[in-house]
Amino acid sequence: MLSRIAQSLFWIGRYLERADDTARILDVQMQVLIEDPGMDERTSCEQLLSVMGVEEYVGNPNRWMILDLLAHNADSPVSIAAAIGAARESARRARETLSTDIWAAINTTWRGLPTARAMRSPDMFAWVRNRTAMISGIADSTMTRDEGWQFYMLGRSIERVDMTARLLSTAALASGPQVAWPTTLRACGAYESFIRAYRGIEADRQAAEFLLLDRWFPRSIVSSLAQAEKALTKLERSGQRTGFSDEAQRLLGRARTELEYRPLTEIVFDLPVEMERLQRSCAAASDAVTARYFAEYEEHTWRGGVVL
Amino acid sequence: MMGPDLDGLGSSTVRENYGTIHASFEKMGAEEIRLRADSLASSYLEQGVTFGVAGEERPFPLDIVPRLIEAADWEHVERGVRQRVLALEAFLADAYGPGELFADGIVPRATVMTSPHFHRVVAGLEPANGVRVHVAGVDLIRDGNGDFRVLEDNVRVPSGVSYVMTNRRALSAALPEVFADHRIRPVSQYSQQLLAALRKAAPAGVSDPTVVVLTPGVYNSAYFEHTLLARTMGVELVEGRDLVCRSGRVMMRTTNGLEPVDVIYRRIDDDFLDPVQFRADSALGVPGIVNAARAGHVTIANAVGNGVADDKLLYTYVPDLIRYYLSEEPILRNVDTWRMGEPEQREEVLDRLDELVLKPVDGSGGKGIVIGPAASREELDELRAKILLDPRAWIAQPVISLSTVPTLVEDGVRPRHVDLRPFAVHDGDDVFVLPGGLTRVALPEGELIVNSSRGGGSKDTWVLASPTDPEDEGEGAPAASRVAGTPQSAGPAIDGDPTDLQVQVQEQQQQQSGSEAPLRSAPQPPGVTSC
Repeated sequence: MLSRIAQSLFWIGRYLERADDTARILDVQMQVLIEDPGMDERTSCEQLLSVMGVEEYVGNPNRWMILDLLAHNADSPVSIAAAIGAARESARRARETLSTDIWAAINTTWRGLPTARAMRSPDMFAWVRNRTAMISGIADSTMTRDEGWQFYMLGRSIERVDMTARLLSTAALASGPQVAWPTTLRACGAYESFIRAYRGIEADRQAAEFLLLDRWFPRSIVSSLAQAEKALTKLERSGQRTGFSDEAQRLLGRARTELEYRPLTEIVFDLPVEMERLQRSCAAASDAVTARYFAEYEEHTWRGGVVL
Repeated sequence: MMGPDLDGLGSSTVRENYGTIHASFEKMGAEEIRLRADSLASSYLEQGVTFGVAGEERPFPLDIVPRLIEAADWEHVERGVRQRVLALEAFLADAYGPGELFADGIVPRATVMTSPHFHRVVAGLEPANGVRVHVAGVDLIRDGNGDFRVLEDNVRVPSGVSYVMTNRRALSAALPEVFADHRIRPVSQYSQQLLAALRKAAPAGVSDPTVVVLTPGVYNSAYFEHTLLARTMGVELVEGRDLVCRSGRVMMRTTNGLEPVDVIYRRIDDDFLDPVQFRADSALGVPGIVNAARAGHVTIANAVGNGVADDKLLYTYVPDLIRYYLSEEPILRNVDTWRMGEPEQREEVLDRLDELVLKPVDGSGGKGIVIGPAASREELDELRAKILLDPRAWIAQPVISLSTVPTLVEDGVRPRHVDLRPFAVHDGDDVFVLPGGLTRVALPEGELIVNSSRGGGSKDTWVLASPTDPEDEGEGAPAASRVAGTPQSAGPAIDGDPTDLQVQVQEQQQQQSGSEAPLRSAPQPPGVTSC
């Protein structure tokens, strides 16, 4: 498969997941701001911007600024609007390899953006989640499981790890965890599963554990890491390279085992720092994939990534 | 008036072959037709069936009323197009080879050598299976007598065939019942025909060639078409940066390293194809690709240097080329044309500048065209000076009636001007002509330019399946050509309403890179002829 096309598919996966997860993160943040009267809006918004890698902005952070920078403003590289635009642009570049259905779904989503941006925030977030879920569904049922699919899944999984790490940081930083954790679980569509898994016991620690380590829940960090490793293994096999030397695989495998084989207390002790480390591994893995498979095509840069 | 009326298809003016469509539309009612037309438009937006204008993607308007072409008419067009393609193939092989036509005085050597599209670098290069024109698009109009005439040939990178395919799918979904009432020849086989022709053009000894489509990229106006062709042929769509030449071979960069490429269906103009040979600043091409072709390691389709056949001055010689190479009379006539390089013809034209259309010979997309009846005194004086300064650079043609077909517009179904671009694929053994081709229609009233960047649209073009006995074929041999010599007969009368002429200046639809034969038609005044 052409390197350029592989790269486009990888980024379609990343951008769509990014749009989805940004909507989830904002949903949590807005809920917390509304439901927790003790919340300091400014501090909380500053923390969110920092978690999302936004270093420069003008004025005092408040919820409207957050919505503009992270959702509506297409000129802001970390916004949902920008992510959907970039996904559509990548899809256009890989147009001939995508099924007509998946292209039409991405294109229609992009075309629906102006309408979505005029909606009330929770409605817009729901719309983004629904549209991205629909695209994933169509991809799942119409894309051949060839290299292209593996690159798409790889991009999506790496992005999901990165964004879930940000989501967990947001929750950990919120002043009122009794609001933050259930909301975070809900944002991931994980609340009911969590309650069932832990038989109704609700505690911050368990919620973090569930989103970090649960092997059965598809949005957990460990599941997503395993998914990314699986895609890399398949690519490795079809790539006919010798030995086991894939840098991305090594990075992701190490990140996963560090979560799985360490005591939970150690991880949740300083969750934001742990999560930043995880994001760094994702960035390094993404670079390794680029260097190995996309060679010479580096016009895409992860502008919204955590600044190291 | 309530809703759109259907006058254009009304009983007083309805053409015989549109009777079934007319009846179906009447049964459906105006409101229903509007609804279907709207859903047709939105389906194109969702699928991203677009063309690019100045870097912006626009949906390509598709009219809901199909255009019908009778089997016998089509058979005539098909034979004419095939004949023309074969003559142009022979011409290109000769011009880049032995040059017998120059020795025999058919075309002056200088006419070919001075063309900016003549590329000495490919002289003597023998294509693998002898084919240079793998794909051709021949622009046709119908004149006042209803005869098809050739407006120009496009044997470099003709575009538009993707809309032929997407229009058919969209219209069959929008008007299933009308569709079912006709026996329409299919167009879906185009991609397979093209792929087969490209595979047959592979370098000798390659049994399972790797074919790719080479695009300038997403900002090219025909990008949609490039993706559709690659997708329907099941081959890679590459950009210049995906390819690299290594020891005389063209390779593409894949996730498994470099892999060889055997046949390149390029949609990049010659000038941008190879920075080593042509424009050194081209960021779209592949350095060394022409040498790889010369070495016989890769086939470039269409061949480099075909542009000499698209030169409008050469166009005036095509009827002679047909007689010379094929010993046949031209089946499709040219539009009568005067060459400004020839003194008597120039004299005549300079006397009648205000009645004629003047075209620069190497302009594409209507660039620089002057419509005499629409031009001011100053413009004509300026034109006169330009012609006298460089006569070889100009040809003149009479203003010709352009046929109309019923089209759905704001106030109902009305006659609108159309042209037709059939597409031909030459595989070395046969020339396949896709039944129908792209009908472009000028949507604004009185507008004669069918250019998509001027609000032009397209129509699904239905070639009806042949009845048991084909029509008489006697019309295939027109009277002795007037084209090569002085056109004594100016063809159909100049019967247009002069007020329409002011809108005729063609808009250049230059591509961002290369000059893909643009989707355009010549400026012609209205004349209502049956189609």
